[in-house]
Amino acid sequence: MKCSHYLYVPLLIGGALFSCTSKTDRKLPIIGERETKQRVVDGETVIDTLYHHIPAFAFLNQDSTMISEKNFEHQIYVANFFFTHCPSICPTMQRNLLKVYQKYKGDERISFLSHSIDFKYDSPSVLKSYATKLGVDSEQWQFVTGTKKDIYGIAEKYLVYTKEDASVPGGYDHQGYLVLLDQQRRIRGAYDGTNDEQVAQLFIDLEILLNES
Amino acid sequence: MAQGPRLIASASMALLFGVFIKGCQPNVSIQTAQYAVNGQKLYVTHCQSCHGAKGEGLGKLYPPLTDTAYLRKNRDQLACIVKNGLHEPVKVHGQLYEEQMPGVPQLSDVEIAYILTYVTTRFGKDTDQYTQQEVRSSLVNCQ
Repeated sequence: MKCSHYLYVPLLIGGALFSCTSKTDRKLPIIGERETKQRVVDGETVIDTLYHHIPAFAFLNQDSTMISEKNFEHQIYVANFFFTHCPSICPTMQRNLLKVYQKYKGDERISFLSHSIDFKYDSPSVLKSYATKLGVDSEQWQFVTGTKKDIYGIAEKYLVYTKEDASVPGGYDHQGYLVLLDQQRRIRGAYDGTNDEQVAQLFIDLEILLNES
Repeated sequence: MAQGPRLIASASMALLFGVFIKGCQPNVSIQTAQYAVNGQKLYVTHCQSCHGAKGEGLGKLYPPLTDTAYLRKNRDQLACIVKNGLHEPVKVHGQLYEEQMPGVPQLSDVEIAYILTYVTTRFGKDTDQYTQQEVRSSLVNCQ
């Protein structure tokens, strides 16, 4: 009879696990500074929260077409900063982003945006050749170039450090973050694209964000 | 009389044990294994980002390092490629790769020997150590 008590243990653990995993209301944080704005609606004062988000942009892509934030409307997307002849972190970062791309290839809810920080060398044709050789043959993953001011300026908005620096291999210093954006272009996560654990977390968080939107 | 079976038992145990050891490091001498361990650390630092943790390469950008036939045929060129880079197209596993490879000129001869031992025994199917002497004589003939 004593044994029968133990029968409940796995049942209890199972129950506890189930109640955790079945919880679907987990949400990702909204990253960045926020401000509040008061306005009066029907004589009553309401307070809106304005979240940090990526402003409007326009860049030339690998097909020499101008693309803008409108190309990412009603989608979530993953953004990063790289350059084609980067000898250090970029290949690992792009190898990992390629795994995410391959998982969601053809899924219209999600797209990818790689900004080149080498505004001198990475012309659209160089980006096109790079994308093709990487194994990307669709518009779902955009590779863009722009002026130094525009690209480095938007990197700041993504909270990614980029700098032209002759003292580092390749000539440009930058962080290898894969930045996760929601449909309002708000930052919902940033993952070191060279770190396997963080990339695994990106796969998990992507599903959470897809379920939210 | 009683010793017979016991002898057989211990002999077969020894044989089994031997098979286990062999299974871990096929036909590789201890020094080769040491070179490969040192080579792995350097590989992670200087090569892995492009060529991958398993030497798998990346798309058609960076070639895999698993083409044993290529490694054997170009064995005397490998040290030059690591040190000075590769500035012409290369065919690996039948696929043409056109990107330029930057060299790592600061590597010493023994460090190159470590890396090449690691690459040729772990990704290629070779079992011989790539010696420091081999690196030195290869580097003299770099084009």
